[in-house]
Amino acid sequence: MKRIISLLVMNEPGVLNRITNLFSKRNYNIESISVGLSEHDGMSRITCVVHVESEQISEQITKQLNKQIDIIKVTDITEQSVVARELALIKVQSSPQSRNEIYSLIEPFRASVIDVSKDSMVIQITGESEKIEAFVELIKPYGIKELARTGTTAFPRGTQRQSNQKTNFSIV
Amino acid sequence: MVREAALTELKAETETVTGADLLMAALEEENVEVVFGYPGGAVLPIYDKIYDAKFLHVLPRHEQGGIHAAEGYARISGKPGVVIATSGPGATNIVTGLADAMMDSLPIVAFTGQVATGVIGSDAFQEADILGITTPITKYNMQIRNLEDIPRIIKEAFYIATSGRPGPVLIDIPKDIAASITKQPEAQEIHLPGYQPTLKPNFLQIRKLAEAVSKAKKPVILAGAGVLHAKAAAELLAYVEQQEVPVVHTLLGLGGFPADHSLFLGMGGMHGCYTANMALSQCDLLINIGARFDDRLTGNLVHFAPHATVAHIDIDPAEIGKNVPTLIPIVADAKEALTALLTHMEEKPDQAEWIAQLRTWQEKHPYHYDKDSPNLKPQQVVEMLHVKTNGEAIVTTDVGQHQMWAAQYYQFKNADRWVTSGGLGTMGFGLPSSIGAQLADPEACVIAMVGDAGFQMSTQEMAVIKELNLPIKIAIFNNQSLGMVRQWQDFFYQSRYSYSKIPVQPSFVKLAEAYDINGYTITNVEEAERVLDEVLHTREPVLLDFRVDSEENVFPMIAPGKGLHEMVGVKE
Ligand SMILES: Cc1ncc(C[n+]2csc(CCOP(=O)(O)OP(=O)(O)O)c2C)c(N)n1
Repeated sequence: MKRIISLLVMNEPGVLNRITNLFSKRNYNIESISVGLSEHDGMSRITCVVHVESEQISEQITKQLNKQIDIIKVTDITEQSVVARELALIKVQSSPQSRNEIYSLIEPFRASVIDVSKDSMVIQITGESEKIEAFVELIKPYGIKELARTGTTAFPRGTQRQSNQKTNFSIV
Repeated sequence: MVREAALTELKAETETVTGADLLMAALEEENVEVVFGYPGGAVLPIYDKIYDAKFLHVLPRHEQGGIHAAEGYARISGKPGVVIATSGPGATNIVTGLADAMMDSLPIVAFTGQVATGVIGSDAFQEADILGITTPITKYNMQIRNLEDIPRIIKEAFYIATSGRPGPVLIDIPKDIAASITKQPEAQEIHLPGYQPTLKPNFLQIRKLAEAVSKAKKPVILAGAGVLHAKAAAELLAYVEQQEVPVVHTLLGLGGFPADHSLFLGMGGMHGCYTANMALSQCDLLINIGARFDDRLTGNLVHFAPHATVAHIDIDPAEIGKNVPTLIPIVADAKEALTALLTHMEEKPDQAEWIAQLRTWQEKHPYHYDKDSPNLKPQQVVEMLHVKTNGEAIVTTDVGQHQMWAAQYYQFKNADRWVTSGGLGTMGFGLPSSIGAQLADPEACVIAMVGDAGFQMSTQEMAVIKELNLPIKIAIFNNQSLGMVRQWQDFFYQSRYSYSKIPVQPSFVKLAEAYDINGYTITNVEEAERVLDEVLHTREPVLLDFRVDSEENVFPMIAPGKGLHEMVGVKE
């Protein structure tokens, strides 16, 4: 299962090294990791997306991260109501003929074209990872020349649902 | 008057210190009494100050010996072991010791020299990225970038190493920082917002545990080194006597509970005793105090304590639930938790049947070896050493068969007398760690029990023993083989002894003589009796080359992948 873990860390040299080291030492699989400054001076926010086999392992990850001296706060926000965004830049082959078609795909995804050349164009898209994946699949047939993704960055929404509704569907 | 004040002010303003001065002052501030260090280019500015230092500086003959000595010192004294090594090879030579201290939660503060800041990253002479190398094997590490931060960083290093779950901290000091000059910096407070170890237990969980104990029919306590780190042996004893819950020790926990106590079941795990392992397998309540459910202790997890409600007291929350699902988690210092338990006890559990069962096992299936053999048996040697030191010596060991026999047959009466490399299993640990242990307790009788192979991984430290005239008794269990490896090849590789026999050995006695240490070769029990009576209580170092039976194996044993109840080699 996929977990999103949000970390607030001291801006010390080597913090990122400590975190990635911990993941590899304990054999955890990182899907993405994004780092940037936070609202606190001298602290950064890191968002890790990891794939784990069980709750027990995700709990271990959280605890091991918590143990790190330079990590101030660890929150597994998977179960919370979150805003999660990723940005992707896609350089796609385009000819005068295909250009319009591509434009028509871009629009419903609210992506934008940020560079155009004779035989290619660069598309910028933001959103949740699933949306980006869907878009990449659609655009693939035109020929992707380069693709760069930032990985997910996320935090909890201002208002959380009252209970942690784990929706149970009933068939009857 | 006015002039004088102006003068002092002027003096204060012009009074300058170097980075190395700040380091010395910080060590003094931490009351460091012993430093294990080895000089080299990058730490020369520091060594120039050490020339005048008040603490005892011990020069090991290899940096690895230095850090193992520091570990022995830390284990016995409860204080952090301080190490200094130069950049590059000096720093990489302490890597094994750092990993060892990390595994066994020993407080170590290691200082490494580094090339000057201007050339870091240029593959300069004796440059090694020691922070990168040691990140996964230290509790914390950092490089000093600003001279003014030295006092604070060192304060933080000692605090991190010794608080919470102890561990090694490494501080890397570039040469120019140690050498450059600054005004006496203003005092800075520790600033570690991300580090707040939990010491006090949660009251509700303590009540839950107290209740579980009163209802249990087959309770058992598994006590690990956490009890020792927390200095909680007295509380453990008080609690056990009040509730009459029997105790099993982990390898590293030995001594936390007196071995001659009627409620002590022995060591559990791969080479643990029958009763201890059966108690762990059949208990209905397992109270883990400061142990980490290491695989050598649990055996195959599928078969581990299958009927038990598990309670786990640990200062490190990440240990709880890591290997064994835990119903009653208690994040706390062992002493705090036991103190809380002592005030919240409920009725004693009704466990007469359980105790009777344990007694039967103890009587029927004790440790055993062939006492009638004409060969000198290693178990016998440990037994003799135990008897002749009244169970009160400090014992350090290397790694291998002799380590297991030491754990099985040396019945520790007291806490903090046992120094062994458990988690990492580091050969070469036994001799140097005895140096630190003896320095931590100069009056104690210290016995370094080592294998003939492991001894040769740190032989050179005999020079230190002689130099400081430490009355350490080096007991070599000489079986002319890498015994533990030979045993595994015996059991699991059709006795194909691939590189595990070393019949060509130096004369250990002559080797000792070369270091001006008296040595004795001992081939039978009578000789052992005589020599031990003669030398065991002298105030001089002695080397004892025990020629033990080279075919002897450690029993009982649980094969890898098997459960605790599947011991082989149990006395029938
Ligand atoms: C540094 C290191 N290398 C290899 C091993 C693997 N190993 C474990 S026990 C052992 C044999 C030790 O032989 P010896 O020191 O003679 O002790 P004995 O088992 O014979 O008592 C070896 C090689 C180890 N634990 N540490």
